[in-house]
Amino acid sequence: MNYEMGKYDIIVVGAGHAGCEAALASARMGKQTLLLAINLESLAMMPCNPSIGGTGKGHLVHEIDALGGEMGINIDKSFIQSRMLNTAKGPAVHSLRAQADKTRYHIEMKKTIEKQKNLDLKQGEVVELIVEEAEIKGVCLRTGGIFRANAVILATGTFLGGKIFIGNSAYESGPSGLAASTILAQNLRDLGMPMRRFKTGTPARALASSIDFSKMKEQPGDEEISPFSFMNDELDRDQIKCYLTYTNERTHTIIRNNFSRSALFGGQIEGVGPRYCPSIEDKINRFKDRDRHQLFVEPEGLETEEMYLQGMSTSLPEDVQYEFYRTIPGLENLEISRPGYAIEYDCIDPQELTAALEYRRISGLFCAGQFNGSSGYEEAAAQGLMAGINAVLKLRGEDPFILGRDEAYIGVLIDDLVFKGTNEPYRIMTSRAEYRLLLRQDNADERLTEKSYKLGLATKERYDKYIRKKAVIEQEIERLRNTKVKEEIINPVLDKIGSSPVNKSVSLMELMKRPEITYDSLAPADPERPKLMRRIAAQVEVRIKYEGYIGKQLERVEKFKRMENKKIPQDIVYADIDGLRLEARQKLDKLKPQSLGQAGRISGVSPADINVLLIYLERYRRIDKGE
Amino acid sequence: MNNFNFDDTIAAVSTAYGEGGIGIIRMSGDSSKDILGLLFRRFDDDGRPQKISIENRKLTYGNIIDPETGENIDEVLAVYMPAPHTYTTEDVVEIDCHGSIVSLRRILSLCLENGARLAEKGEFTKRAFLGGRLDLSQAEAVIDMIKAKTDSGFDSAIGQLEGRLSRVIRDLRQKILDVLVNITVNIDYPDEDIEEIFYSDIISQLTDVKDKIDDLIKEGEKGRIVREGLDIAIIGKPNVGKSSLMNALLRETRAIVTDIPGTTRDTIEESVNIGGIPVRLTDTAGIRETDDTIEKIGISRSINSIRSADLIIMLIDVSRELESEDMDIISELKDRKVIVLANKQDLDKKLNTEDIRKLIPDSMIIETSLAEGSEDEGICEMENAITDMVMGGEIRQSGSMMVTNVRHLDLLKNSLSALGDAIAISRLGEPLELIEIDISNAYSYLGEIIGEEVNDDILNEVFSRFCLGK
Repeated sequence: MNYEMGKYDIIVVGAGHAGCEAALASARMGKQTLLLAINLESLAMMPCNPSIGGTGKGHLVHEIDALGGEMGINIDKSFIQSRMLNTAKGPAVHSLRAQADKTRYHIEMKKTIEKQKNLDLKQGEVVELIVEEAEIKGVCLRTGGIFRANAVILATGTFLGGKIFIGNSAYESGPSGLAASTILAQNLRDLGMPMRRFKTGTPARALASSIDFSKMKEQPGDEEISPFSFMNDELDRDQIKCYLTYTNERTHTIIRNNFSRSALFGGQIEGVGPRYCPSIEDKINRFKDRDRHQLFVEPEGLETEEMYLQGMSTSLPEDVQYEFYRTIPGLENLEISRPGYAIEYDCIDPQELTAALEYRRISGLFCAGQFNGSSGYEEAAAQGLMAGINAVLKLRGEDPFILGRDEAYIGVLIDDLVFKGTNEPYRIMTSRAEYRLLLRQDNADERLTEKSYKLGLATKERYDKYIRKKAVIEQEIERLRNTKVKEEIINPVLDKIGSSPVNKSVSLMELMKRPEITYDSLAPADPERPKLMRRIAAQVEVRIKYEGYIGKQLERVEKFKRMENKKIPQDIVYADIDGLRLEARQKLDKLKPQSLGQAGRISGVSPADINVLLIYLERYRRIDKGE
Repeated sequence: MNNFNFDDTIAAVSTAYGEGGIGIIRMSGDSSKDILGLLFRRFDDDGRPQKISIENRKLTYGNIIDPETGENIDEVLAVYMPAPHTYTTEDVVEIDCHGSIVSLRRILSLCLENGARLAEKGEFTKRAFLGGRLDLSQAEAVIDMIKAKTDSGFDSAIGQLEGRLSRVIRDLRQKILDVLVNITVNIDYPDEDIEEIFYSDIISQLTDVKDKIDDLIKEGEKGRIVREGLDIAIIGKPNVGKSSLMNALLRETRAIVTDIPGTTRDTIEESVNIGGIPVRLTDTAGIRETDDTIEKIGISRSINSIRSADLIIMLIDVSRELESEDMDIISELKDRKVIVLANKQDLDKKLNTEDIRKLIPDSMIIETSLAEGSEDEGICEMENAITDMVMGGEIRQSGSMMVTNVRHLDLLKNSLSALGDAIAISRLGEPLELIEIDISNAYSYLGEIIGEEVNDDILNEVFSRFCLGK
């Protein structure tokens, strides 16, 4: 029997990384928000790797932070090792990654959510969406309780229709042995939502006391820690070490001999897994000539002995897992605390969503995270944040907030998902961004904070800090432009760097344009320089060194924007447009792009189709005007 | 890279190719006037090219000069019409030149090299419509035009390229892709167990591709026999009758014909039509030892035009013994398609045809008597020989890639220049993500030639070739 439990503006289903950001954004923007999870102990849980960030992902976290999201702040509270990746390359691809204390991460996020105004956190399994006349009205819990709302955000992660595989055994389960959400999975199918099965996997966890770290290579954190959050200037913390070791032929032989016992090759798994994170059995199957694979051993936290075996995700039976892990140097006496597994789950075809992440066929139903076919905590959080913002805007009756591919990795991520679609769990990568030089970690605030402040999400404190930082950067660039150094002072410095000498005094800015010279390397010849935070120095450096390239990219962005600004009326009837090829007509009709730019990115829509559309739009406009 | 630029500057030949009296090249877009400004000059009294002030809507006389080489391409009339009262409603420039394919093509190429993009079929009309110039009834026609292009135009473009060229382009793209994939993996997977990338490898791999594209462009620039003309170089020592031959073919006097050896100091190019085949004739200065600087330049040009010609017509004066100059020329003819005109048959013969055949064994030898005002003995025979050679497929460009399409050449050049940039900044040691921008541009330009989009090529390769994972 059903009964009423109350009414909210917005309900978020699922309290993983997407759900937490969605709920916080919604509540911070002033909407009465309810966050529901099957189990509150799984709030902001990291069921796979104990880390946040990395290439592309680090960019996402900076953007989430710049928009007033929580992930950056939360990892800054809970990391136990921090590394900036790619420092040998240019600043556009510097990527921050931190090892998290998983429990700490969960606790800190839970605290933040519990304390958040306008936000209620409740344990409860949603089994049914209440939909009336293609509009969302609320959710129904397994207990029979009904919560009403004007918007619902689905962020079900791997819980939805979750099924775990270890060897020949397969059973319904959410991640890490938590209960799966199976009734809701059926309800969504009954509502006609086009669901798909995706798959992912995780390695075993093992006890540190059973590992001989002396046989492995240490991986320390950076000496100078870069915070994720713009709100944190400096962080100092004792850092843990990670360890690197390798598989060998014996490992591979054992795995190969047990292919028949693998769920992956046994045909039980129907879900599509991501190519970029294959299981160890998949790696050995596909890359037969590799005589070793690397394996990072990473702590799961400070208060636990459990270690994560990165690179060795597997769904082989437990006895095989023991056998092959123990062939690896340092793991000879390994004790497994939790076996590796593969998990299959339900997700939606993201092409069914608008760029605001709203499901096209049910007004007010927004979707985020793994439910949308992505993979990764950061990808999930980014979508959660955007779904939260857009749900609020919808209730306010305002235009959706959509980030362009030229504005943010978040824009690239969502644009890819909803227009290109994906056939495997989608992971962000810097190579997916066309305007990589513009989308850097160091300027995320410059790209996004003001927008978010205007939406009422980013705080005044953040906005003011951003304005101050901008001024510091401008000042420093000016100073470098105007500071000249005499040749007798600079030449010894240049000599040390291996840069050719100058024969007259030269501005620091000129010198910084040389590829071999960094901002830091000029310090000995620049005693007047202010003490700048790393991300500010990075931005100064980028702005000077890559001025020409940034200019080129900005030109391309201008062109890109002209197409994005050519809007397509949403009442357009593609079937009436003679001259569009059938495939294009069908795709356009299904995806209903808002602009010619979006239309052009849909696979199956050719440049000629876009031309036809352009002509048609002009005709449409003139008829409209009665010409 | 996308193909949807609606407001860049486009250029095209807007009259039919052929034997018309004049030809018109039209540009539309913001940069039209600037591009014209770069190319348009008038010679002052000292013969120096001077900039011309371009007035609105005023037909102005001048010359089109290649800004890079300073070469005078053609004398033209040009007009600039500012937006919005033009056909396309954008800034428009029209250049009226002599109707020869050679000058049309050269001028169009110069427009493309200096900032314009080759117009798609119907693009001027499309812009006119979008600018509000055409009425609604014409919208359908524009759509039909675009449709026609997709249905048949594109296919035929592919058809034209099928076989070797598209295979070559695919190979080159694969080579670029290899580099891109390595860069991508290095940037996106810094912690993986992957070989480090070496700049020297990037440079050598890209240089290899760049050289091949360069070859294609060179071949392409002369690869146009039937469609755009056959390149014939007329060579021979001074006063052997080259200019007379040229005049006989042109039936007009342009090259200066005198008895003083070395009168033709520069190469002269002319277009004629032989048996329906457009032919570009290059009349060269005689090849001989000289101290005269101007003539030296002329001679080195002659050797160049021999090297780039599809067919060489060599004149030998049978009234004189063979001289060292003749032998110098003959030494340049190895492996080339040659017609020898044994000229001045009407004078006392010091050489017979058999002697010549021994010297230049694979050539066709025709006996002629070319002289001003007299009947041109043997010309007809020579014209027939040329037609037969082309129609019989005897004359082909080296490699015969047939990159005949200006659009393709344009894209090859863009790709070449992007690779050049990538190599240059690799040498400077700039970071990978900057180099990657130029390389991926080069990759997409090549893709446009064969109609392939970038899509997910790179990531697909990354995942299939590298073992990555958590």
